[in-house]
Amino acid sequence: MENIKNFFKTFLLFELLKGMALTGRYMFARKITVQFPEEKTPQSFRFRGLHAQRRYANGEERCIGCKLCEAVCPALAIKIEVAEREDGTRRTTQYDIDLTKCIFCGFCEESCPVDAIVETRVFEYHGEKKLDLYYTKPMLLAVGDKYEEQIAKDRAADAKYR
Amino acid sequence: MMDLLQTIQQAGQNLLGSAWLPIWTLVKIMLIVMPLMGAVAYLTLAERKVIGWMQIRIGPNRVGYFGLLQPLADGIKLLMKEIIVPTGSNKFLFVLAPIMALMPALAAWAVVPFNAEMVLSNANAGLLYILAITSLGVYGVIIAGWASNSKYAFLGSLRAAAQIVSYEIAMGFALVCVLMASQSLNLGDIVRGQQGHAGLLNWYIVPLFPMFLVYLISGVAETGRAPFDVAEGESEIVAGFHVEYSGMTFALFFLAEYANMILIAFLTSIMFLGGWLSPLPFLPDGIVWMLGKVSFVLFLFLWFRATFPRYRYDQLMRLGWKVFIPLSIVWVVVVGAWMQTPLWFW
Repeated sequence: MENIKNFFKTFLLFELLKGMALTGRYMFARKITVQFPEEKTPQSFRFRGLHAQRRYANGEERCIGCKLCEAVCPALAIKIEVAEREDGTRRTTQYDIDLTKCIFCGFCEESCPVDAIVETRVFEYHGEKKLDLYYTKPMLLAVGDKYEEQIAKDRAADAKYR
Repeated sequence: MMDLLQTIQQAGQNLLGSAWLPIWTLVKIMLIVMPLMGAVAYLTLAERKVIGWMQIRIGPNRVGYFGLLQPLADGIKLLMKEIIVPTGSNKFLFVLAPIMALMPALAAWAVVPFNAEMVLSNANAGLLYILAITSLGVYGVIIAGWASNSKYAFLGSLRAAAQIVSYEIAMGFALVCVLMASQSLNLGDIVRGQQGHAGLLNWYIVPLFPMFLVYLISGVAETGRAPFDVAEGESEIVAGFHVEYSGMTFALFFLAEYANMILIAFLTSIMFLGGWLSPLPFLPDGIVWMLGKVSFVLFLFLWFRATFPRYRYDQLMRLGWKVFIPLSIVWVVVVGAWMQTPLWFW
């Protein structure tokens, strides 16, 4: 009996028609495409995009050159040189992030004791030459200055989960 | 319209004498090939749109309104691209293969009637010609696979050869049923045989419904479309026979595949769906019905691709040899017996 039923099911293309009915229904379903440049998906405040170096409110850079981020970086994308400044504080003379190596894991951000290196929500950036994606200290500070408001807001939103 | 044609004919005859006939034929060929190429271009867009919709996407929509200029952009891109000829390949055959694939896909249109009057060559053995010329298409694929000197291409072409040979037989038997019913090999006469007072019920799809399915599915297999696209099977053998092709040579294979799809859709409409005849007896016949039916069959092709996963190769062979061929042979006998009874109304 089961065999006969299967025989007719096969020859009447029952399963195939069922499958086609399903795809046919979806043809008229609401489309879920997000049309990128005009529409954007919502971002988390933990979004890990382009890196930035922050400053304190008085304009002093936060980074103290402890090299924790350089040590933790799994992709070896960070390079730091440190020297003593005239006022006797330890500061970086060189702080480079090679974005072509970076895997955007967020470890540098997490390891930083003074919240100096952070990852912003910016992800629409590009480089036209090889070195365009090799971010040096002034470039990172510039990114930080530009997005400081958003960065501070995101850190505040995340603070209660830390 | 007819008067105008007559005037042009007369003027051409007077002006060019015996050279007029080939020129006039060339003009007619152009009148078929140009819209066909346009149809191929927009079929690719339709495919991407339809499959997109079925996957809850919206498909191409950036080039022109609704993505309407996308085929043009694709065409320009393919034209500009470099044609890379692999070092180890047989250069002559490598270039010949895409031409060999496209030639039969275009040549078959010679006998396809668009409505009661519009046909390039009203050949009496039209059906035979179609069967013969569409079988040649596989040579392009085989030559492409062999000339590329690449194992994936070679595997793809072997698969294509075995597949097309298997499904040709079932297809042939399905068409034998049609020519038994219509008593003619002329495609125009086959459509005229489906004329009658009952409209839709006079079409051969009614007595030959199983053969319609066999023909349609074999047609999908013949053109190497999903779910029978094992010849290109990108997940198993990269892209099958056309791995090594780029730019315009690749575009020719693409054109051939889509031209074949449109051809199969036309043939299905002619053989089983009453060609240019209207489905309801009180509506006038015309080319509109033909194009409507063809569009429907083409939509089925795209629908299949959006729905079914690819056949495994041995299953595909099983379906061809153990299901379709016995089924179609049995149906030839059934139709033969049926025609001897007074219950045959077609």
